[in-house]
Amino acid sequence: MTQPRAIDATAEDPAAVSAFEARIANGESIEPKDWMPERYRKQLIRMMSQHAHSEIVGMLPEGNWITRAPSLRRKVGLIAKVQDEGGHGLYIYCGVETLGVDRSEVVAQLLDGRAKYSSIFNYPTLSWADMGVIGWLVDGAAIVNQTVLAKASYGPYARAMIRICKEENFHKRQGYEIVATLAAGTPAQKAMVQDAVNRFWWPSLMMFGPSDTDSPNSAELMRWRVKRRTNDELRQRFVNLTVPQAAAVGLTLPDPALRYDAATENWEFGEIDWSEFHQVVKGNGPCNRERLETRRAAERDGAWVREAAMAHAEKQRAKDRSAAA
Amino acid sequence: MVPLPTAPVNALFEYLQRLGDDRLILGHRMSEWCGHGPILEEDIATANVALDLIGQATMLLRLAGEVEGKGRDEDALAYWREAVEFRNCLLVEQPNGDFGHTVVRQFLFDVHAVLLLDGLTRSTHDGLAGIAAKSLKEAKYHVRHSGDWMLKLGDGTDESHRRVQRSLDDLWRFTPELFVTDAIDREMISAGIAPDPAVLQEQWQTIVRDVIERATLQHPGEAAPPASARGARQGAHSEHLGHLLAEMQIVARSHPGATW
Ligand SMILES: [Fe+2]
Ligand SMILES: [Fe+2]
Repeated sequence: MTQPRAIDATAEDPAAVSAFEARIANGESIEPKDWMPERYRKQLIRMMSQHAHSEIVGMLPEGNWITRAPSLRRKVGLIAKVQDEGGHGLYIYCGVETLGVDRSEVVAQLLDGRAKYSSIFNYPTLSWADMGVIGWLVDGAAIVNQTVLAKASYGPYARAMIRICKEENFHKRQGYEIVATLAAGTPAQKAMVQDAVNRFWWPSLMMFGPSDTDSPNSAELMRWRVKRRTNDELRQRFVNLTVPQAAAVGLTLPDPALRYDAATENWEFGEIDWSEFHQVVKGNGPCNRERLETRRAAERDGAWVREAAMAHAEKQRAKDRSAAA
Repeated sequence: MVPLPTAPVNALFEYLQRLGDDRLILGHRMSEWCGHGPILEEDIATANVALDLIGQATMLLRLAGEVEGKGRDEDALAYWREAVEFRNCLLVEQPNGDFGHTVVRQFLFDVHAVLLLDGLTRSTHDGLAGIAAKSLKEAKYHVRHSGDWMLKLGDGTDESHRRVQRSLDDLWRFTPELFVTDAIDREMISAGIAPDPAVLQEQWQTIVRDVIERATLQHPGEAAPPASARGARQGAHSEHLGHLLAEMQIVARSHPGATW
């Protein structure tokens, strides 16, 4: 976690800061070459790299079922989805680089455990139905988050979100279609998908982060329009969208407190187990170690390949130079 | 020795399974890399190759099922045949090994695929010619990609050179099988459905030798021909295929009759 710096934004040139904040209030988009407060830059690097890491680590739980997909169509659909997530990661890492930090630097922070990624990916995928439920709930929650991020004040991030959201919508449709197929399938398939929903429902709600009363970064991020809605607002929006979708395919959600409030037009839900959330964020989730170790192994096993590619490129440059001479 | 099958077989059905299974099994192997590649860009490229190959396999196995005429579709063939019923060559079922091993396997296969698919675009079988035309575009991209990596790894560092040379030496023994001509092939050739593997072999040797040289690798020399007339194309696979299929087929086979 990035520590708040000792100097705050007001320690910078006050005229520049207020001009910057006026631009934001005006709804202008901030571009890489524009002046920005150091705290703004830091917050964006933190948020965007966490987001990129989530895309990359998020390839693993679903990648776990590629080799077992039960039909060729599903296999192709799943590979394409996991590949898309890799593309999202790459795209957002490029966005982070516009803020003057190297991809290798932020990746190193992921691998040594300093950087966070979405806690949802620290849960194991135990059945094929998880491939449907993750697309439906996890990509669904990501869409709710990213739709508002598409209006974020930092131009490269907002544009990345617009592009990525289109693909996330496709992932969600594909996931929901798997869920609907299983829910209408054999008794074993229906049991499999209900079990997956039971396991992923609460972790999906936790994807929106801590409650507003307990969210250290939110106020500043809202003022700078890095965030546009609070965690609790987005969580509620997700629940309202999802409850009818579950009912439509005859699945239940594992929350006895879930009930519709006609006055607020919200689906009220039960208390989230925040101790579980904090445990998983701290690194004590069911798969934290496995996920990081898998990423580290890929980095380690790929080192000789990256070195070879660099050495080869250097040899080519030397050849070109001597040919030109 | 197991006698060669004497019962009449549908040669075209057999041939289409060979084409389809090569691509299904190699596509599956490539998909094992997803999320574990040496570079993020390569994760994405490897997934692309897997997608293309499994897409080609889907079209070919669907056509095979139609030709067989027993109501089997591509999933029935992919998920419900036993290892001995698969018709892919040995090369594609070999485990991934390190990234260099995967690259060598891919390259040896890709050169063959481009030549074969090019011939198949002129097939007298319209359906197959159409699939070949679409697949050829993909295969040309694949061979550029794997050929590029042959050069980078062969002429990269000492370590990469050593690793990729070892993989080339190891996998080379599976290449003669790509050019074996049996009764099925002869029937395909005489019907104008498929090109003669022997003709492809010469071009394959030339292209592969050129890349090996440019990659500063040592050509492994002439590989021994397959020991038995009954090879992987007749169902005599390596032990690796059974494990691959056990994983690939587990969910489908746990739920007979289910749709996904
Ligand atoms: Fe994504
Ligand atoms: Fe997604």
